[in-house]
Amino acid sequence: MTYDLSVPAQLMSALTPDLVLMGGAMVLLLVAAWGKETEGHARLVGILSVALCVITGALVVWMAASGATATRGMIAVDNFRWATDLIVLVATIITIVMAIDYSRVERLIIPEAHVLVLLASSGMMLLAAARDLVMVFLGIELMSIAVYVLAGLDRRNARSAEAALKYFLLGAFSTGFLLYGMALLYGAAGSTDLAVIGSKVTGAAITRSPMLLAGIALLLVGFGFKVAAVPFHMWTPDVYEGAPTPVTAYMAVAVKAAAFAAFLRVWVESFGGAAAAWHAALWWLAVVTMVVGNVVALAQRSVKRMLAYSSIAHAGYLLVAVVVNSTLGTSAFIFYLVSYMLATMGAFAVVMVVGEPGERNQELRDFAGLWRVRPWLATAMAVFMLALLGFPIAGGMGFFAKWYVIQAALGAYQPQTRLAVVVVLASVVSAGYYLAVVMYMFMRPRAEDAPAPRRIGLGTGLVIGAATVALLVFGIYPTGFVRIATHSRPSIAAAPSGPPLTSASDR
Amino acid sequence: MHAFLTQIGYDAWVLPALLIIPLVGAALLLVQGALASDDGTLAAAPSARWIAFVVFTLEFLVSIGLWWSFDPATTAWQARVTTSWIPDWGARFDVGIDGISLFMILLTTFLMPLAVLGSWTSIRDKVRTYYALLLILTTGMLGVFMSLDMLLFYVMWEIMLVPMYFIIGVWGGERRIYASLKFFIYTMVGSLLMLVAILYLWQVTKNPVTGQPSFAYDDMVAHAAVYSRAALWLFGAFFLAFAVKVPMFPFHTWLPDAHVEAPTAGSVILAGIMLKLGTYGFLRFAMPLFPGAATTPWVRTTILTLAVIGIIYGALVAMVQPDFKKLVAYSSVSHLGFVMLGIFALTLQSVQGALMVMINHGISTGALFLLIGMIYERRHTRMLDAYGGIARVVPMFAVLLTLVSLSSIGLPGTNGFVGEFLVLLGSFKTHPWFAFFAATGVIFAAAYLLWAIQRILFNRLDKPENEHIPDLNRREVAIMAALAAMIIWIGIYPAPILTRMEASANKFVTDVQAGAPRAPGLVMGGRR
Repeated sequence: MTYDLSVPAQLMSALTPDLVLMGGAMVLLLVAAWGKETEGHARLVGILSVALCVITGALVVWMAASGATATRGMIAVDNFRWATDLIVLVATIITIVMAIDYSRVERLIIPEAHVLVLLASSGMMLLAAARDLVMVFLGIELMSIAVYVLAGLDRRNARSAEAALKYFLLGAFSTGFLLYGMALLYGAAGSTDLAVIGSKVTGAAITRSPMLLAGIALLLVGFGFKVAAVPFHMWTPDVYEGAPTPVTAYMAVAVKAAAFAAFLRVWVESFGGAAAAWHAALWWLAVVTMVVGNVVALAQRSVKRMLAYSSIAHAGYLLVAVVVNSTLGTSAFIFYLVSYMLATMGAFAVVMVVGEPGERNQELRDFAGLWRVRPWLATAMAVFMLALLGFPIAGGMGFFAKWYVIQAALGAYQPQTRLAVVVVLASVVSAGYYLAVVMYMFMRPRAEDAPAPRRIGLGTGLVIGAATVALLVFGIYPTGFVRIATHSRPSIAAAPSGPPLTSASDR
Repeated sequence: MHAFLTQIGYDAWVLPALLIIPLVGAALLLVQGALASDDGTLAAAPSARWIAFVVFTLEFLVSIGLWWSFDPATTAWQARVTTSWIPDWGARFDVGIDGISLFMILLTTFLMPLAVLGSWTSIRDKVRTYYALLLILTTGMLGVFMSLDMLLFYVMWEIMLVPMYFIIGVWGGERRIYASLKFFIYTMVGSLLMLVAILYLWQVTKNPVTGQPSFAYDDMVAHAAVYSRAALWLFGAFFLAFAVKVPMFPFHTWLPDAHVEAPTAGSVILAGIMLKLGTYGFLRFAMPLFPGAATTPWVRTTILTLAVIGIIYGALVAMVQPDFKKLVAYSSVSHLGFVMLGIFALTLQSVQGALMVMINHGISTGALFLLIGMIYERRHTRMLDAYGGIARVVPMFAVLLTLVSLSSIGLPGTNGFVGEFLVLLGSFKTHPWFAFFAATGVIFAAAYLLWAIQRILFNRLDKPENEHIPDLNRREVAIMAALAAMIIWIGIYPAPILTRMEASANKFVTDVQAGAPRAPGLVMGGRR
């Protein structure tokens, strides 16, 4: 059906999954507050939260399957939104499952934490749907404020508090940029609607209106902060390292995915017509992010911090999908996110298992000889590392994700051969640190005084196993996901995908 | 035999079966490991090596039928099997063989059971995983040799890397971690640029029926045979990937480390099979895809020069090695130089010779590494100085080492002679000076190997610890007997092999020459 978004009732039904998640989160907040702060109660809230996510996910699938569309309005009803929603929801479920085990081991019993994750996720779902700058801002704030609190969840730990404060200050700062950019855009275009802005933003308009250009630039800075692109990444390593591991995983995957989804939609729908104005800036942003993220990751000794830099590098690969400004780019983006989510979530889960309790054992040397004592855990971690590296079969989907991004770069209206070469060279650099983890796990002997790893919690074990199996299976037969990704495009794509490359000219 | 093979529909299932059998074997080993309560050491799990050996023998028996079912008269793909894989991207599971890949497949399936027997007692730790990795590796290597779809080829090409990385890194010698990482990174740099090139080709390749992008090898060859500035870059990307693997001078520096640090079976596979993947890549992909770029005079001269430098440099460096394994590793650089010379000389004889050297090097060098492994298990050293005069102590070992060394030198009557002679004969027609300098490599080869066996086997028996080395046992004699039989058979009667490869080699030469740039003006005339 087609929702008429100017009718409030129909707007509400177009927002059903989002409203269910928000409403459910409110109810769960009350449930959480009513019980004693015991482990059992926290687990109950966690399980209810997972159930709520599953219900929301089912609604998303149902709406996607019904093929609903909408008239132009505040929100989008398209497959791009549904795909992003599902990625966010799966990441949320994994986070909560990890957090249940984490809070048991770390004696960090806070039932409300699960509800905060749900609230952040509902902000992310708004971001995925937003087709209006005001909605984008609303989504970002809803998401960020919950995550600020989550980062500082471990009050006993100074580093966690530092992470929260740092994230809050820099996050607020970047929101300022974003808001100022939106204001300037509104001033120049006379509307906050992405499609209206899109009709005003053309190459000619940019040269006439410095306000428009300044608005785009400020928006780029704001999104750059949120997705942790170099040089706006300074907060990332400290925040990721200090926050409790499940929250780090959540930030590295869900926050990044949602921010990127909004980034991509704004760029494709509003600024697609003026690619010449921002192409060079975004191109260099992607290149610098890939290079700096990968090179600095090489120097890390802590696996958690290394994964933080790795997530910066992956923001660079994802930026390539934005740079190409085509529908192929958005498909590659969705496919990449799925693979990145499975591998990164899985890797953080392994770090959590090895590092507990007290998150003390997260150095590379703590992984030495892991294969000898926990062969399957080590094998799963090796799969995650190879997936992030983009290796075929053994790294499963990771290979096809990189492949898809390179394909988008080469198939763009203006083929980005050099960008594709940077992607693969950056991947070679990343082999240095991903393989270091594999090398420590399989080829170094276990330290004499190394503590025996704890038993893996049922939930975390399931998460690690499921992520590994999914990566491997879809790495051999990716067709299903390719189809989903192909159909997950914003309903209004301003830029034509362009004819495939026919000339042999090398750019 | 042929009638029997037709009756069981051999051609319709043999290639997929060859890919699946090792994977089933690997799964069997992992299941066995999950069920058993032992710690996976050799004492606790002696059955692991038997499972691997039986699976590899079965694999060999299945593959040997190709020898009879192969039709030498045609250049079309044989035993072809193709099914849908990723329709949205025009990628198919598409395998088939011709006279070039036939022998690479047979060489692989022949060497693998021997490699297992070679690690029979030397691998004592985590034996199940070790043999499972060997099995997975086999699937990857065979996959490369039979892929007719570029995406499938690339996936198989990369997948080989992981098992070999672990085999060197976990079961290797003292500097294994360094060697395995170097091996991985070198190979990966080359392959990833090839990935970009493949995707670039994919964008210009259209399936003739549907008009969709296609990864099919035949479609790509039909579309990419153009001479342009891009073709040179694309050829460069393929060249890098394959030149590292061959390895060509100066991309060879990973090889001595990897060969020396790898366990015996690892060295046998690296030298015997994996190096051929590089030269096979030139024969199958780099040259037929970009005949214009590959035969551009300056490109061709550069590659021929590097090949001849490799022949002489490898031989000279081999001569001064104190470590026998390192000596053999450098001799590989030299032998593979002959292969590259034969391929780029582009005559029927030289290409057939190159193929023969590929087969012979697999057999002879594989045999040398196995012999080194056997003596190392007894004396725990590979230094040439540590031996001397052991011919009297271990006569069987001495006989076999002499025979294998002579075949590696290229003595007439052994397999080594046939290949190198054909390469020199063929390349002399088009590039006499390169052939001349390459021929000196044969002399150097005689020098370093004869000198080495003199120092090991003959000289004076002056070290007391060498006086009581046990001679080869029955298992070891059986391994070497199989290899010695091949050495002598190919040396005396290579005709059946040459007939089977002739049509495909001829097609390769004509196709590449047909795509060569005709007007010299085009060569420098790139745009911009």
